[in-house]
Amino acid sequence: MALLNQGCREKRFLQLKKNNQMKKVIESSGVTKSFGSTQALDDITFSVNESEIFGFIGPDGAGKTTLFRIITTLLVPDKGNMKVLGMDSVSDYKELRKNIGYMPGRFSLYQDLSVEENLNFYATVFGTNVEENYELISDIYSHIEPFKKRLAGELSGGMKQKLALSCALIHKPRLLILDEPTTGVDAVSRSEFWDMLGKLHRYNITIVVSTPYMDEAIRCDRVALIQDGKLLSVDTPQNIRAGFSRKLFTVKSAEKYKLLKMLRKNQEVLTVYPFGDSMHVTLKNDSSEKSVSDCLSREGIKDAVIREAEAGIEDRFLELMENGIKA
Amino acid sequence: MNEKVIYVKNLVKKFGSFVANDNLSFEVYAGEIFGFLGANGAGKTTTIRILSGLSKPTSGEVNVAGYDAYRQSELIKKNIGYMCQKFSLYEDLTVKENIVLYGGIYGMSKSLIGERLVNLLEKLHFQKDENRMISDLPLGLRQKLAFSVALLHEPKIVFLDEPTGGVDPITRRQFWETIYETASRGITVFVTTHYMDEAEYCDRISIMNEGKIVALDTPENLKKQYDAASVEEVFIKIARP
Repeated sequence: MALLNQGCREKRFLQLKKNNQMKKVIESSGVTKSFGSTQALDDITFSVNESEIFGFIGPDGAGKTTLFRIITTLLVPDKGNMKVLGMDSVSDYKELRKNIGYMPGRFSLYQDLSVEENLNFYATVFGTNVEENYELISDIYSHIEPFKKRLAGELSGGMKQKLALSCALIHKPRLLILDEPTTGVDAVSRSEFWDMLGKLHRYNITIVVSTPYMDEAIRCDRVALIQDGKLLSVDTPQNIRAGFSRKLFTVKSAEKYKLLKMLRKNQEVLTVYPFGDSMHVTLKNDSSEKSVSDCLSREGIKDAVIREAEAGIEDRFLELMENGIKA
Repeated sequence: MNEKVIYVKNLVKKFGSFVANDNLSFEVYAGEIFGFLGANGAGKTTTIRILSGLSKPTSGEVNVAGYDAYRQSELIKKNIGYMCQKFSLYEDLTVKENIVLYGGIYGMSKSLIGERLVNLLEKLHFQKDENRMISDLPLGLRQKLAFSVALLHEPKIVFLDEPTGGVDPITRRQFWETIYETASRGITVFVTTHYMDEAEYCDRISIMNEGKIVALDTPENLKKQYDAASVEEVFIKIARP
């Protein structure tokens, strides 16, 4: 009997999970936006499921901020439709704003107010108070609470980021939009920030976050790769990596610059990109790694080590960018 | 490789009672790519400001490009290049105007500026773009130009402060190739970055934590010493106490 119960519960949980996945928090169809002659967004279609961590990954100028401003009702698309939390981002903007928490890239804190004053201010603007939703931010805010009398302008980068996140969460939004929260932040603080986002999952908050750092993709449930106002791919990080179409090799040598130049000259090499301590290389169709390594040793690079490797998100991004350039 | 272009011994910089740089000692050689890493607030910017003649040490010896940081900071400024991601070129000036302006700031003669201008435009294939506003250029091109402008007066050292932040992955790699090429001409490249894979491209890296240099070696040696697979792992082991 107990076992049966457990089975039932599990089944119900799976069903709920399935229902949840069906529930769309953002539905963007054909969203297009230009500024003068610059096309910032070109026919953007995607959807975000409830309680997902959804990442937009792309360089500066890709259109991430413009898209986020449309989602948060701050900009109106030229064409297309943006539905957020079941509401239209243009006609229902007033109601929508109450349910969204937004942490913009550049500015969200009043530098000449203290930590505590900033938090109270944001709570008041949204018609709530800090006590009411304190549980939601306690994990994050507890790090900066000892400095609550300090002016926001005098906080370190990492502390500013924690305060800005607390302010964006204080009205318990159903959707949290974070525009490049980790840009310019060191590797350790970046990792801690993603740990905090992971913990918000249990409050059923949907998180949409943008970043220029490709390695942060693995922290998301799904990611959209964006470049020049177009979506290159939308999928789970695993599937995006799996989309890499060629065999990938890493080539290592102590003489990195020489190795790069030699590989670039090599007729059998299709692409070569430096990746940390090695080069990531793909070969033309009928080429073998053996002939490349022979060629390198003829050119005087005796210590080259070639290995087959698994492609990462950045490899796939580079491949998609190249295809885009060729197309 | 043994000519020292930066020599720092027991450098201390205090702001009131706060010790931003706590007894730093290191040397950087000609033609070296030196990665200067550390968490936010570790004290990197303070050091870079001293090395580029913008701020004076509280105590200790600092010599850059052969000049003393206490008495010859103006000469240091003339003999180094500097570029950062946030600001390097004037957006409301044209390509040519920026080059001429920087040439003037570095105290170069008009004829020399004219000569370098032609070379630079040719090298970057920018001849047709000399009258374009910086604000009209794509970020990647802007960055290439900013780097060339930082090298306009042929300095011995160039400081690059997060030069690739926010740049797409292809442009980021092209930028590093120009760094390699610059170093191969004997110019020292002193670079900060938050991309840990870029740290692997450096000849040597230092990692700062709370005002001190806690590690300084080649990426290979640091990985061995900290039993780590990548510089990122080394960084996390050092910066997360």
